Amino acid sequence: MKAAVIVFPGSNCDRDVAVALEAAMNHPPIMVWHRDTELPPVDLVVVPGGFSYGDYLRCGAMAAHSPIMREVKAKAESGTPVLGICNGFQILTETGLLPGALIRNAGLKFICKDVFLRVETSDSPFTRKYETGSVVRLPIAHAEGNYFADTATLDRLEGEGRVAFRYVTQGGGASLDANPNGAARNIAGIFNENRRVLGLMPHPERLAEDLLGGTDGKPMFEGLVEALS
Amino acid sequence: MSSSTLSPITPDVIKAHGLTDDEYRQVQDIMGRDPNITELGIFSVMWSEHCSYKSSKKWLKTLPTTAPWVICGPGENAGVIDIGDGQAAIFKMESHNHPSFIEPYQGAATGVGGILRDVFTMGARPIANLNALRFGDPSHPKTRHLVSGVVAGVGGYGNCVGVPTVGGETNFHASYNGNILVNAMTVGLAQTDRIFYSAAAGIGNPVVYVGSKTGRDGIHGATMASAEFSEDSEEKRPTVQVGDPFTEKLLIEACLELMATDSIVAIQDMGAAGLTSSSFEMASKGGLGIEMDLDAVPIREVGMTPYEIMLSESQERMLMVLKPGLEGKARAIFEKWELDFAVIGHLTDNGRMVLKHHGEVVADLPIDPLAKASPEYDRPWVPGTKRPVLDPASVPAHPPIDALKVLLSSPDLASKRWIYEQYDHMVMNDTVQRPGGDAGVVRVHGTKKALALVTDCTPRYCLADPREGGRQAVAEAYRNLSAVGARPLAVTDNLNFGNPEKPEIMGQIVEAIQGMGEACRSLDFPVVSGNVSLYNETNGVAILPTPAIGAVGLIEDVAKIASLPFKEAGESIFVLGETKGWLGSSLYLRELCGREDGAPPPVALHREKREGEFVRRLIGEGEVTAVHDVSDGGLLVAVAEMAMASGIGATVTAPQGVPLHAWCFGEDQGRYVLTAPSSLVAAILEAAQRAEISARVIGTTGGGDLTLNGSGAISVAELKRLNEAWLPDFMAATAESGGEA
Repeated sequence: MKAAVIVFPGSNCDRDVAVALEAAMNHPPIMVWHRDTELPPVDLVVVPGGFSYGDYLRCGAMAAHSPIMREVKAKAESGTPVLGICNGFQILTETGLLPGALIRNAGLKFICKDVFLRVETSDSPFTRKYETGSVVRLPIAHAEGNYFADTATLDRLEGEGRVAFRYVTQGGGASLDANPNGAARNIAGIFNENRRVLGLMPHPERLAEDLLGGTDGKPMFEGLVEALS
Repeated sequence: MSSSTLSPITPDVIKAHGLTDDEYRQVQDIMGRDPNITELGIFSVMWSEHCSYKSSKKWLKTLPTTAPWVICGPGENAGVIDIGDGQAAIFKMESHNHPSFIEPYQGAATGVGGILRDVFTMGARPIANLNALRFGDPSHPKTRHLVSGVVAGVGGYGNCVGVPTVGGETNFHASYNGNILVNAMTVGLAQTDRIFYSAAAGIGNPVVYVGSKTGRDGIHGATMASAEFSEDSEEKRPTVQVGDPFTEKLLIEACLELMATDSIVAIQDMGAAGLTSSSFEMASKGGLGIEMDLDAVPIREVGMTPYEIMLSESQERMLMVLKPGLEGKARAIFEKWELDFAVIGHLTDNGRMVLKHHGEVVADLPIDPLAKASPEYDRPWVPGTKRPVLDPASVPAHPPIDALKVLLSSPDLASKRWIYEQYDHMVMNDTVQRPGGDAGVVRVHGTKKALALVTDCTPRYCLADPREGGRQAVAEAYRNLSAVGARPLAVTDNLNFGNPEKPEIMGQIVEAIQGMGEACRSLDFPVVSGNVSLYNETNGVAILPTPAIGAVGLIEDVAKIASLPFKEAGESIFVLGETKGWLGSSLYLRELCGREDGAPPPVALHREKREGEFVRRLIGEGEVTAVHDVSDGGLLVAVAEMAMASGIGATVTAPQGVPLHAWCFGEDQGRYVLTAPSSLVAAILEAAQRAEISARVIGTTGGGDLTLNGSGAISVAELKRLNEAWLPDFMAATAESGGEA
């Protein structure tokens, strides 16, 4: 598998996800600069976390209009899997690759902590190594992770099985107190129509190594390698 | 403030620039004439306490600053130590107290930005931030607003830049009501053969400005930071700078990219006193002159005067001297990162700073006399009055479990989760121990090494006895590093005190530095960088003396570290170090008895080193399962913290001979609580005895309660609830009416 990681001014999880990808692929991904107008031939594009363009205007809004995102959009439309993590998720919604928006956390504060997530389906290249319904622990680190969409969109996402992850308690219940940011229906991550694009607020790359406190993020990268090699 | 070179220099203007009559006469001597307003402004900031350390210099020189592993001690932007394999850790702690009180979000944010620049200026990629925060009494009407703003500001900057905030400390005390402390520390990683210094070299070499444009913000920040506060201080809001962490992130990447090439001769960030101090320091250290064309400086607003350009404290700017002919290569890197890049001058051989604006010379000053003649005072000081040692039996004995509940839900001991969850403490993916332990542990990327990082100070001890308090701050940092298994390497200090012109305050400064020096020498723990913040007073009332210590330790193998949570039920809990039940200046005395008297606990430095080495050996050999140093609140609090962090209870038995409340909550120094499988404990105690270290088994882990034999029990869940509740409840409560500014 070959992967590309997009680097915007202000990206700051680009190296982190590159390390996680390299561990799974046994070779490093290609780092692609935001001003580039062409993507190398790759099987996966990752839009990493951080504060692209300083979150100015609106999180992800400026990155969505950078030259490289036109290419990313074209790749996604032709079926290349795209993974957006945190700011990457925000950028994918701003680009229109995913529906809805990420608004300010209900508590108005930046939150960095581990949360529990329920894997809603293992039927995607991103989640195939997880069991449907299993509960995993991953960190969040954001101030704008409150997923918002109109009721019709939310119903459609649910109906089409496009909710990838939901904030839950350790026991797996999608209760109000398991929801760290006020996200609609406890949604932490969603797919596009063909489940080839995933955006999620939690950081799988941050818990992909025992030494850092857990490995629940690792199956995502291993699954991608399996699916795309 | 708008001014031109034609503004007359009146006594009022001199006073407004914070110069005394004597200092102004010295200015005239150096100049051989009256200075113009731009020149006066330059003298003013260069000689401010903030930039010149004029009150503390004499005493700072007494601190030990060398060791075989020290590459660069105080005097540069930050201290540099060797961590093996051709790698260096570069670090420093710095205050942003006055701005944070006036405008907490921006004050704290730019504090973080400034200390980051000090570190990456030297060629290091910042890998961790820490902070030491002191706020006023929780009941003070401004406290909530200040906590909220400072924490958001620290997070807002560090999170965006993408450097994890991995540790720190937060205290509350009424002495900080009108003068909070915001001390920020950054640790960076560099290659030992690629460290950049600030001494300019090479006559004719280009002087280059990079980063943000210069605006009118922060003019006279350094002078403000060198004066006491009064009722009208909030009118000084315009002197607080506004930070842009996004630009800082770009500046880090651009500087590191340029540093990887061989283009830079010298580099210096524009911090306090902006372009003035950066250009002066570079030229002065290199023994050269500098000529700058202020028309070339990228400016944000039209019509800025030379005075404003030189004194602006706009953030995210750097000044560098490049090798000749490499401007184009450097410019391409900064343009890639969309940052300003301008050649604004060159080095000369005449030892003068010459500034031109609109084709005219607007300032012409000798560099060496100005920099070297900055005043150094031997201010009068009086030693503090020694307080009597409290007899523990004379202190009221509250039921221990009740007292434990009060202590764990008191402001200083309550969980700081509400704070550190607003900081991204994991970005860069090397945070091995997150906040909440004895020290933050950050892996050295791509290696099996790690750095352990702490900040420590117990200001109430420093008030009671500044020398003992200085010793204690250093010893506690040493202990916290040892408790995770790190070899303590070096210290950065951030000395926060009141007005040094008062002999009793100067006495605190002198004695605290002496105490720190004793501890650093004894523990082989040199001071490699630091910062002094004086005049922390409001309406004549000083803060508690607060010499905050930041420290770095090295872990050779990150697999061999210890953490404080209990690991398993059925293990033995034992204490290293002696418990005599020292209650003077303890938290128990303050929180349970409403008293802050008594001598603070003495630190036995010779024992500290022996114990630290012993603890590190136990950790390295994998003989212990959990380690926690005993500090604020004493032994029972330490055990409770280990229980709360794990959810595993404990049963503890107090020995005879020490009053129970003093045994539980006394703050005797030099102690650690450890756990080990019961089968290993006898051998460990024997080894301790051979090493002449007092050691005693006090209990066993297990169950869901913390039980003190003969004195009752409490569930660990209830303790955790109390410990976690205080800060969020405090922050959520509605401010008293009329209190918010």
